[in-house]
Amino acid sequence: MHCAISSTALATVRLFAVCGAGLLLGGCDHPWNDPYPPAERTSNTLYSSFTERPKHLDPVQSYSSNEIVFTAQVYTPPLQYHYLRRPFELTPFAAAALPEVRYLDAHGRQLENGAPAERVAFSVYEVKLRPDLRYQPHPAFALGTDGTPRYVPIDAAEAGRLRSPMELAEHGTRAVRAEDFVYQIKRLAHPKLHSPIFGLMSDYIVGLKEYGDTLKRAQEELDRTAGRGAWLDLRRFPLEGVEVVDESTYRVKLKGRYPQFIYWLAMPFFAPLPFEAERFYAQPALSARNVTLDWFPVGAGPYMLVINDPNRRMVLERNPNFFGESYPADGEPADAEAGLLADAGKPIPFIDRAVFSLEKEAIPYWNKFLQGWYDASGITSDAFDQAVQVGSGGQVTLTEEMQAKGIQLKTAVAPSTFYMGFNMLDAVVGGDSERARKLRQAISIAVDYEEYITIFANGRGIPAMGPLPPGIFGYREGEAGINPVVYDWVDGAARRKPIEAAQRLLAEAGYPGGTDSATGAPLTLYLDSTARGPDDKARLDWLRKQFARLDINLVVRATDYNRFQEKIRKGNAQIFQWGWNADYPDPENFLFLLHGAQAKVEAQGENAANWKNPAFDRLFGRMKAMDNGPERQALIDEMADIARRDAPWLWGLHPKEYGLAHGWVGNRKPNQIANNLLKYQRIHVAKRELQRAAWNRPVLWPLVAGALALAAVALPAVVSWRRRERRTERLAAAGEG
Amino acid sequence: MLGYLARRLLYAIPILVGVNLLTFALFFVVNTPDDMARMQLGMKRVTPEAIERWKRERGYDRPVLWNGAAHGAAKATDTIFFDHSVKLFAFEFGKAESDGRDIREEICRRMGPSLAIALPVFLVGLAAYVSFALLMALFRATTLDFAGVVLCVVAMSISGMFYIIGGQYLVSKLWNLAPISGFAEGLAAWRFMLLPVAVALVAGFGESSRWYRTIFLEEMGRDYVRTARARGLSEARVMFRHVLRNALIPILTGVVVVIPSLFLGSLVMESFFGIPGLGSYTIDAINAQDFAVVRSMVFLGSVLYIVGLVLTDLSYTLVDPRIRFE
Repeated sequence: MHCAISSTALATVRLFAVCGAGLLLGGCDHPWNDPYPPAERTSNTLYSSFTERPKHLDPVQSYSSNEIVFTAQVYTPPLQYHYLRRPFELTPFAAAALPEVRYLDAHGRQLENGAPAERVAFSVYEVKLRPDLRYQPHPAFALGTDGTPRYVPIDAAEAGRLRSPMELAEHGTRAVRAEDFVYQIKRLAHPKLHSPIFGLMSDYIVGLKEYGDTLKRAQEELDRTAGRGAWLDLRRFPLEGVEVVDESTYRVKLKGRYPQFIYWLAMPFFAPLPFEAERFYAQPALSARNVTLDWFPVGAGPYMLVINDPNRRMVLERNPNFFGESYPADGEPADAEAGLLADAGKPIPFIDRAVFSLEKEAIPYWNKFLQGWYDASGITSDAFDQAVQVGSGGQVTLTEEMQAKGIQLKTAVAPSTFYMGFNMLDAVVGGDSERARKLRQAISIAVDYEEYITIFANGRGIPAMGPLPPGIFGYREGEAGINPVVYDWVDGAARRKPIEAAQRLLAEAGYPGGTDSATGAPLTLYLDSTARGPDDKARLDWLRKQFARLDINLVVRATDYNRFQEKIRKGNAQIFQWGWNADYPDPENFLFLLHGAQAKVEAQGENAANWKNPAFDRLFGRMKAMDNGPERQALIDEMADIARRDAPWLWGLHPKEYGLAHGWVGNRKPNQIANNLLKYQRIHVAKRELQRAAWNRPVLWPLVAGALALAAVALPAVVSWRRRERRTERLAAAGEG
Repeated sequence: MLGYLARRLLYAIPILVGVNLLTFALFFVVNTPDDMARMQLGMKRVTPEAIERWKRERGYDRPVLWNGAAHGAAKATDTIFFDHSVKLFAFEFGKAESDGRDIREEICRRMGPSLAIALPVFLVGLAAYVSFALLMALFRATTLDFAGVVLCVVAMSISGMFYIIGGQYLVSKLWNLAPISGFAEGLAAWRFMLLPVAVALVAGFGESSRWYRTIFLEEMGRDYVRTARARGLSEARVMFRHVLRNALIPILTGVVVVIPSLFLGSLVMESFFGIPGLGSYTIDAINAQDFAVVRSMVFLGSVLYIVGLVLTDLSYTLVDPRIRFE
């Protein structure tokens, strides 16, 4: 028996030695934890992630930040934002130049450029396109030998196992024409597409609202005659406010003066869309395979979506037909020093391919970034202390671990605002009375957002002084920009007024010591909140304490999002928290949240506080139609003062975004307004390969130790088993004997 | 046998109708068609007209269960419930409301990755847990058995999440032996399956092994085992030929019923390991208020569960010849 065990043990050791050597040799070759195919190792590919699968990639529907990451790389709207300059500046993209705008009066006579808004009946935007725009290769453009579309109708067998249109053998392309831009504008009114900006644009684009009705009737007729899903060719239906001038020029006619329209021209809503793509994807055999325009965009941008598996990964590849742009040659003063101008004038895009992997959980995402499998990352709250350290003077730097890895930190204040609103229809906190106003002002002072940012945002944010975030025209720095209701300017900095000032205001409002002087009842206010997680509890407790500083009892009414929205819509909430991300860098995009015509209850608009101030509304009407300049600034200052005094919101905070990127990622500058940023970035592939290999060497001893431990457990069991078997045999033999 | 099967299938119809009814009731208690429309149309700039149009297009402008304004049978049939339920019985799931994708196609695509994890976990786990339980039973009342039980209790006491996070930290981050998360098509998927399968096996080890050990110990106390031993059969023969075979009925009761549900995957595992399976499909749909997906997945889950129960009954006949479905 002794010999048998020895030979077994010897064989086991030999096996481990052979396997171990194999593993070691194999391990030297490449990291075992590489989540990407070996063929991609040296490719010029950027690796990123997404946490939530996009719902729509059709440029007429897509409006979410997780969708525009893809659509902005594929589609070519007429304009784009300059990558480096600040404040944000529009530059031509598909357009040859910024559009020319003409203003007409009610009789169609042209007005001078500075004509007052009330005289302007129509604005006409004329967009001239670049001559070298071509669509990506796509089967929608493929033609048969007889000149007819190769894949319309598509053969059932060809569509049968299709997962992407790019799998089809034949692809074609064609030049982008002005009619494609017009076609896309018409699609805003398509009854089946539900464009989120149809309501807004039908207020401005001449005839768009009626066009929606026309298309609705046409669609119903088509459904009856050709069945649901048949293609509605919009070329058959002219739209009054949009006109093709020639092959590379088109005009859009707007009602009145709407200077913000130019910003919409930088969004995929106004990118060209070829009718061939709609016709191709309208085939039922394709939509049954989830091969639709909503999932496989057709654009003329620097990249094309070649793999769309939103459950796993989305892959963008360089569009060989992209017209080609140059990297910007100028930017902010610090950009040259930061190396952001080293590639000035070079053709873009630099990266051939971008792979976005679905990563729902923060822990694997962060670890993969640290291992080098993602090129860039945000910083989650859990990882904040590991990534960033805050000095005694408030300066933010990377931790030694991050610095040792050569990681770069980029920060920028987002053009967003997170506020706490008072429902102005509420009997206690709302209304135009001095009593309610002082109550709101007292609460504005008491809720210490500086403390909130320190505790709950790791310092990532700045307290808001009004509705406008930094980077938006009208925002004022320094003493001129403080909210005098809440802050004093002391020693060159804004300082929140002491709690005594808030208590004084509360007493003047008729609630001395938090008690209603009329009834003697303690003041209780209600916050409607959808926050219900463990982290949220700490936030809400903190909020209760802030109100308690004024002896106000804050009751948090936890509610699901549907009920919350319903309460806001019906004006049943008293205090609520909400936020807004800029669509475009214009003050109108924030100030309209306080415009009376946008009141939620009355007009189902975006003014959730239902605040109505005639003076503010009047100024808003003037400010909205103005170009940026001192006059507009003066109006914005006046509006901000009115809003601060009335305090319909606790102005809350503007979040600061912290982003990390590995040292091999070049030309990365935060830009919270533009989305087509992939084309500017650069990857140093060789450096990445070296770092990844160094950081991810397999550690093999646990495998050997595990196997040995298993053997250590198994051997006594085997020995004991055999002993027992022998005893049974002996007993059986003795019994027979 | 066929009669039995037909009877079971007939019983399934009212169960499925009931499940469907319950799903409708629960879903529409929490969400109204207006809420659904708002969620699908986005949070910004949604107009009342767009909401109405969205509802009309999908038939959500009708009453949920009873249409008082209609006449005759249309009172019941011209409703959201009837319209959306009947198609389910033909396995026509339609399009998702959140992203317009064909639900059947989506389910077919996601089943593979779910199965790629669930099947090895099921098969290897069954073999490993049964073997370990047999080992413990074989060495009952010895130090080995005691150590095994302690190990099982310790394993049971630790949260499944700990195994996942701990496994990812040790195996992928510290030792760099396997990708932390991700998936690949075809045979290349094996690298991504190693860690989740290993974690799932370890996470399920304690509970299952202890359960099987209990079954085996109960079986080992029976007279036929004593007789077998008295006749001088080896312990291996007693365990594998007699104890294991007779313990199969309680094992099958717990095991066969889950086989059809293996397609449905695991929410937590798939989220953490980036497996593009069906595990999170229903939860994502509930969060997105996508009723088309919710009702389809609940229906499919019910059907698979019923299939599992029928298969369990049928499996009894294979392991115990005395059982007949007359």
